[in-house]
Amino acid sequence: MTLIFMALLPWCAALLVSRLRNGGAAFALAASSAVALLALLAKTAAGVLAGAPLKVAIEWLPALGVSATLRLDALAWLFAALVCGIGALVMLYARYYLAGDTRLPRFFALLCAFMGAMLGVVLAGDLVLLALFWELTSVASFLLIAFNAPDRGAVRGARVSLSVTALGGVALMAGVVLIGRVVGSYDLDIVLRSGELLRADSAYPWILTCVLLAAFTKSAQFPFQFWLARAMAAPTPVSAYLHSATLVKAGIFLLLRLYPALAGTEAWFFAVSTVGAITLLLGGVAAVFQHDLKGLLAYSTISHLGLITLLIGFSADTAIVAAVFHVINHATFKASLFMAAGIVDHECGTRDLRKVNGLWRYMPLTGSLAIVAAAAMAGVPLLNGFLSKEMFFGEALALEGHDPVAFFAPLAALLAGAAGVAYSSRFIHDVFFNGEPVGLPRTPHEPPLWMALPVAILVVICVAVGFMPQTILGLPLAAAARAAIGGSLPEYSLALWHGFNAPLAMSAVALIVGVAIYAGLMRGRWLHGQANPTPTGYLAFECTLLAFARSGRMLVRQMRGDRLQMAILAFAGVLAAALPLVSGGFVAHWPSFSGGAVTGAWMIWTVGIVFAVASVSTRVRPVTVLLFLGAVGLAVAIAFAGLSAPDLALTQLFVEVATVLLLLLALERLPIEAPRVRRLAVRMRYIALAAAGGGGAGWLAWEAMQRKPEVISDYHLTHAVSGAGGTNAVNVIIVDFRGFDTLGEITVLAAAALIVWAFLARERAGVLGRFRGSFMLPLAVRLLMPCVGLVAAYLYLRGHNLPGGGFVAGLLLAIGLVLEALALGTWRSPHARPVRWLASGLAIAGLTGAASLLLGYPFLTSAFGHPVLPWVGEVPLASAAAFDLGVMAVVVGATLMLILAFAFGRKESAR
Amino acid sequence: MTLELMLASAIAVLVACALYCLMRGRVFDMIVGITLLSYGVNLFLFAMGRPAANKPPIVPAQGAATLSAHVDPLPQALVLTAIVIGFAMTALVVALAIKRVRPSADAAEG
Repeated sequence: MTLIFMALLPWCAALLVSRLRNGGAAFALAASSAVALLALLAKTAAGVLAGAPLKVAIEWLPALGVSATLRLDALAWLFAALVCGIGALVMLYARYYLAGDTRLPRFFALLCAFMGAMLGVVLAGDLVLLALFWELTSVASFLLIAFNAPDRGAVRGARVSLSVTALGGVALMAGVVLIGRVVGSYDLDIVLRSGELLRADSAYPWILTCVLLAAFTKSAQFPFQFWLARAMAAPTPVSAYLHSATLVKAGIFLLLRLYPALAGTEAWFFAVSTVGAITLLLGGVAAVFQHDLKGLLAYSTISHLGLITLLIGFSADTAIVAAVFHVINHATFKASLFMAAGIVDHECGTRDLRKVNGLWRYMPLTGSLAIVAAAAMAGVPLLNGFLSKEMFFGEALALEGHDPVAFFAPLAALLAGAAGVAYSSRFIHDVFFNGEPVGLPRTPHEPPLWMALPVAILVVICVAVGFMPQTILGLPLAAAARAAIGGSLPEYSLALWHGFNAPLAMSAVALIVGVAIYAGLMRGRWLHGQANPTPTGYLAFECTLLAFARSGRMLVRQMRGDRLQMAILAFAGVLAAALPLVSGGFVAHWPSFSGGAVTGAWMIWTVGIVFAVASVSTRVRPVTVLLFLGAVGLAVAIAFAGLSAPDLALTQLFVEVATVLLLLLALERLPIEAPRVRRLAVRMRYIALAAAGGGGAGWLAWEAMQRKPEVISDYHLTHAVSGAGGTNAVNVIIVDFRGFDTLGEITVLAAAALIVWAFLARERAGVLGRFRGSFMLPLAVRLLMPCVGLVAAYLYLRGHNLPGGGFVAGLLLAIGLVLEALALGTWRSPHARPVRWLASGLAIAGLTGAASLLLGYPFLTSAFGHPVLPWVGEVPLASAAAFDLGVMAVVVGATLMLILAFAFGRKESAR
Repeated sequence: MTLELMLASAIAVLVACALYCLMRGRVFDMIVGITLLSYGVNLFLFAMGRPAANKPPIVPAQGAATLSAHVDPLPQALVLTAIVIGFAMTALVVALAIKRVRPSADAAEG
């Protein structure tokens, strides 16, 4: 129960917060949800950290073996605590960072949504659910990066991050499905126990590729690291929360989560550790050369993520402990550094490292906090970063076997350590010392205390962990590492002092070399003269995107135009695709409302009623009302389908499309008066009258349905086959038994269409090409038309025996032709000649009837036979089919006229 | 019985909404009202055929067909044409509404 509550709480908070207007209230609600989550985590801590995971399973898609399982073990607990804890601090920080911004509620709502998505990833006990929330984190991150949306940097950054991380999400889904196929379940517990099975399966390389692709894209590993640098366009609180502490750790979380199931092979070792090592070095070196304060932090984040990945790649149990430990440490010092960078940016108006110098004099408090945090990042003793870096050095030295890697690992670790010291030195020296500020837009001063408070809390944690690691983090770290390893915990010691040993020597060397490198680079401000490094990865991404767009355009150009071959090819393709449908079982399985389907029927009923009532409202825009009407019509169509009237359902469906099309086209010229405001008494009278009228109609229908009178339809049913040669009684009635009636009806239809057509004759001088600029539409219509024609022909042909017939086929064909006319921008397209359709239809219907006169029978007497054609076999052929053809032609012509009459834009609107 | 109740209540609501729209006298509301009314009337006509589930009026090619195995096809045939004519009717009303607002232009030329 607690788990479900935890998973839903952030989403509820997000929904509520998004409705608020007041920034302060939004903050209060958002932050209290984060604090409440922390409290819940504290409540569950004792049990979970002792090794008893909480689990709750809700059935979701049992047919696919997918369930919405939530599972809180120690690893999930640790990540959840990070997500909520840093979340609460960042919210407090953002409250002041974005103070006075009217978009604050939206911002907090998005933060809550992200928190919900991230908690979902962490708490998921089912791999499909995990993949789902994984995608949601990408979406939340996209929205947050694009927060300053019209800004080009924000838009591009958001696009890059979504493209890359969503690619990973797709890969993850593929990997999850593969795992499910191998293991036979998506349940995390079962998957984690099936490591042997997974690693031995022939699909293992694919699974590994997919999962690693997901983890590497999310955690900005080489070669996907570029998106994180672009994501710095987000507001700084977002960078502190998503792009240093939580979102980018999702990839690490995935690696740790699936470690017992997938790790332990050579492939895992080489892929993960190589990518981790490259990212570690690349990020570290690139960070030194960034002139943007946030850019420096972004690349340092990339480097640290590489470090954690490398540790996981080592596949040693002690390395996993170090990785989990570094996840916590990095989150604390990097989030505080980002917040400090935000303060600098906020108070100075710029974060260019060549301009913000010597801030120590202006903001000593922020300065001292940032310096401590940066020292932790560099791995200075007495701070948390030092401890995990020691462990990292130790692991690199302890690596055995795996030849080239084991040799290079300590070297890479040392180099990366030195680079870390160099960029940390740059952060400290360049921002707070190194001369005077250069041309700042405003004079910097200390931020509000509330803004510095979250930074201070995080820095205190850094120091406290540095002094007393075992006391503060011993228990959760051990529990989380045990959960990640999935077995017993290795020997390790979490302490400040391990005596003089090799890792300590490496630390000392790294410190000295790092400071020396920085001092060398900064001599005579040489570093400031260098241009920002070229973002190669990002440029490659943009080029790929361009190449895709260009090749797409080429493909379209090939297919476009009036090339007969392409059209014939498309037609043949459609035919081939349709064949199995025709021979197989396209013959209706209509939904029925009997038995257990009653609930479904009530749902349709409710939809119809709700939209009918909603379309009465005057507060809704006319366009929306039309869509509501469409929904009512669809509900009616489904009702017909359920109540044994397939013909009616088809007709209603197509008429609905035609009606909505017509009304939307006509809307532009329809006089929309403002709704008259009437007195309440008058309104009540209307409502009473309407209710009385409606009630009366309903009552009449009800009463009529209670009676079972003698009807004449027995005749129609029994004589359908013997008298008219068709099994679809409805169609037989229309074209045969009551054919004369139908002839009258299509004449009425033709008359109405002609009236409308003549009525709006002058409008046809206008322009039809309303979609003239459109590129895809003409193309789509060209591909679609053969399809429409084929289906219409099919519906017409089977009409006598199965649901279908002239009316339905005519409507469908007409809708297709209307689309074609609209898309191609000319109503003179060869097929859309409404008057001809109309005239020939009436002529065919009339002549079919007259033919029987010639033979000495009464008007419209029908005949039928079943001639056998070569190859095709027996064909039911009735003269009624010719009559139905006439009906179809009339319906096509009339519908074309009725819709196209409204489709012409005004002359002046043509540009 | 549920089925009859469903149909009757749906007819009642549709007709009531339609009448309310028609009474408001605004051109757009009239169009909405007429559309809703045609749904209601079509359902009403359809209800006269004693609808039931799973009894489509598709008779077997051989053997006897009775009303116990199939629903009454006649109201369905009537409603089918009514739906199409209703569409034409809507179009006509819309055309009238559009023409109504520009009488002067026509008068000048006529």
